Amino acid sequence: MSLAHTIETGLRSLLGHRLRSVLTTLGILFGVAAVIATVGIGQASSDSVTARITSLGTNLLTISSGSTVSAGVFGGAGSANTLTMADVSGLQDRQSAPDILAVAPVTQGRASLVSSSGNWSTTVSGSTAGWLVTNSRTVGAGSFINTNDSATRAQVIVLGSTTSSNLGVGVGDLVLVRQIPFEVIGVLAPAGSQGFGNQDDLAVVPITTAQDMLFGGSGGVQRILLSATSPSTIGSAYLEADQILLQTHHITDPSLADFTITSQTQVLSTAQAVTQTLTILLASVAAISLLVGGIGVMNIMLVSVTERTSEIGLRKALGATPGDLFRQFVIEAGTLTALGGLLGVATGLAVGYIVPRAANIAVTITPLPVLTAVAVAVAVGLVFGVYPALRAARLAPIEALRAQ
Amino acid sequence: MEVEEAARFAEVAVASTELIRLESVTKVYGSGDASVVALRSFSLNVAAGESVAVMGPSGSGKSTLMNILGCLDIPSSGRYWFGGEDVSRLNETELARIRNRRIGFVFQQFQLLPRLSAWRNVELPLLYRNVHDRRALALQALEQVGLSNRIDHRPSQLSGGQQQRVAIARALVTDPDLILADEPTGNLDTASSRDVLAVLRELNEQGRTIIVITHDPEVAPVARRTVHMRDGRLIDEVAA
Repeated sequence: MSLAHTIETGLRSLLGHRLRSVLTTLGILFGVAAVIATVGIGQASSDSVTARITSLGTNLLTISSGSTVSAGVFGGAGSANTLTMADVSGLQDRQSAPDILAVAPVTQGRASLVSSSGNWSTTVSGSTAGWLVTNSRTVGAGSFINTNDSATRAQVIVLGSTTSSNLGVGVGDLVLVRQIPFEVIGVLAPAGSQGFGNQDDLAVVPITTAQDMLFGGSGGVQRILLSATSPSTIGSAYLEADQILLQTHHITDPSLADFTITSQTQVLSTAQAVTQTLTILLASVAAISLLVGGIGVMNIMLVSVTERTSEIGLRKALGATPGDLFRQFVIEAGTLTALGGLLGVATGLAVGYIVPRAANIAVTITPLPVLTAVAVAVAVGLVFGVYPALRAARLAPIEALRAQ
Repeated sequence: MEVEEAARFAEVAVASTELIRLESVTKVYGSGDASVVALRSFSLNVAAGESVAVMGPSGSGKSTLMNILGCLDIPSSGRYWFGGEDVSRLNETELARIRNRRIGFVFQQFQLLPRLSAWRNVELPLLYRNVHDRRALALQALEQVGLSNRIDHRPSQLSGGQQQRVAIARALVTDPDLILADEPTGNLDTASSRDVLAVLRELNEQGRTIIVITHDPEVAPVARRTVHMRDGRLIDEVAA
């Protein structure tokens, strides 16, 4: 039998059992769609985490207040604001810290900003001129906080581009933060949205102003951001910062340090490991559903062989060779899975299109998982189609004819 | 009378070519204590153009004989020559080729595919070889059995007798050397039986070799020669 006739025969038989064919196809369809969608979501969140962390700079170190120790009992991390402005000036000493490029203390809180045309709630950070460097940001309009502003507790504020447009204010306008008037001296250049939160929705004021007028706790610093002079000096910058802080905090045993220094690369690799694990987990679940779909195909094909035993017997009597029947059943299984695979890709792509718009979850579809899912689906169909096809090919014509 | 005699003579002359030769064919199913001998040293010669009825009660080995004759199964021992070719040791694929090219089957249950129209059913054997004009050949075969006006009907839209005639057309469409009919009237009423037997007789008169396997004494007269079987053996032969 020519291949064209075999395909024609296989397709006719699939069309003859429409409902069954559709149900079998659904199994594969959902498997493939699930693989594509979950890998897409995993990929997107991994990309977003990576992009967000790298946008902070790979030469960034973050020092957070560590645990307090009182009477031998460790408090939790961040249980005390152990960092002070004294630490900041210590770290800024070029002599003892030659590998540290910039230092920015941060004290942060949420506050409602009110302008003449509206109000908007956002994160307000108190910091210094070093904030711009450590966060790898640039000013789009106006200027950033300078040392003089910090020294004089100037009531000045720099806004993210989103915040600025939401409040309808620009450089030179006034905004009220907790009823205190601030002059907008600059608007940051947009950094773009990166999945989790918006880098352009924020406000920065001089740290001294923040401490005294907004969040209280004079001298307290939640964390200190450090930029190493280059990604390659991050190791020595780390050691220098560690040394200086141990000294200023009068700690002799490094294991009792009341601060923690984390590098961005550490955070990055941890975050990547986490998202990767999640992606693998999701993809495995999806792969299992694909496998289940494949077993469904085998199931249906076996039912089909059993149900069509007398047809197979007849075809054999009329001259179908074992090869003819084997090919017919493999083609039937292959067609079902290929069809399911293609529809699955369409569904997966549709999910990739709809989900980000409906649920604000980013989905990144790359060709590799799509191709892999389709290839796996077809392979699953062929592999699981082979056994029923062999059964069909091996049926003895006489017994097959007798089955009614 | 003389004309008839002459016609019969001519047929005998045609029939002198041997089509089937079974030489002490034995078929055993199963093995050891559970083995059943279905055919014992069975020998039979059928010339081309002959019509033979194989009769016997159930369990006499008729079906086994039909399977062997139809190349659906091979003998456990002995030889089977079909049209001069030893087919007793062929593999499945080679047997399929013989069935496709040289044998047309007619079954008791008709064995038509319910989803296919009459002509699509008749076309089936042609799909397993590369033939063009399948539709034309199928229509021609349907015409031979008098069903030209039913080509697009599904089996469920046809009477039993018509279905069996479609099955005969399917057996004919490949222009086979042998038509092998297994209880062709077993599922039919008397009138339809007469119809189907008439078609078979007519085909034989056109020179086609026909073997009918039956337990029904009313069917046997369709053939000019009757072979009786019991317990897997040939017990006697009657020439009509």
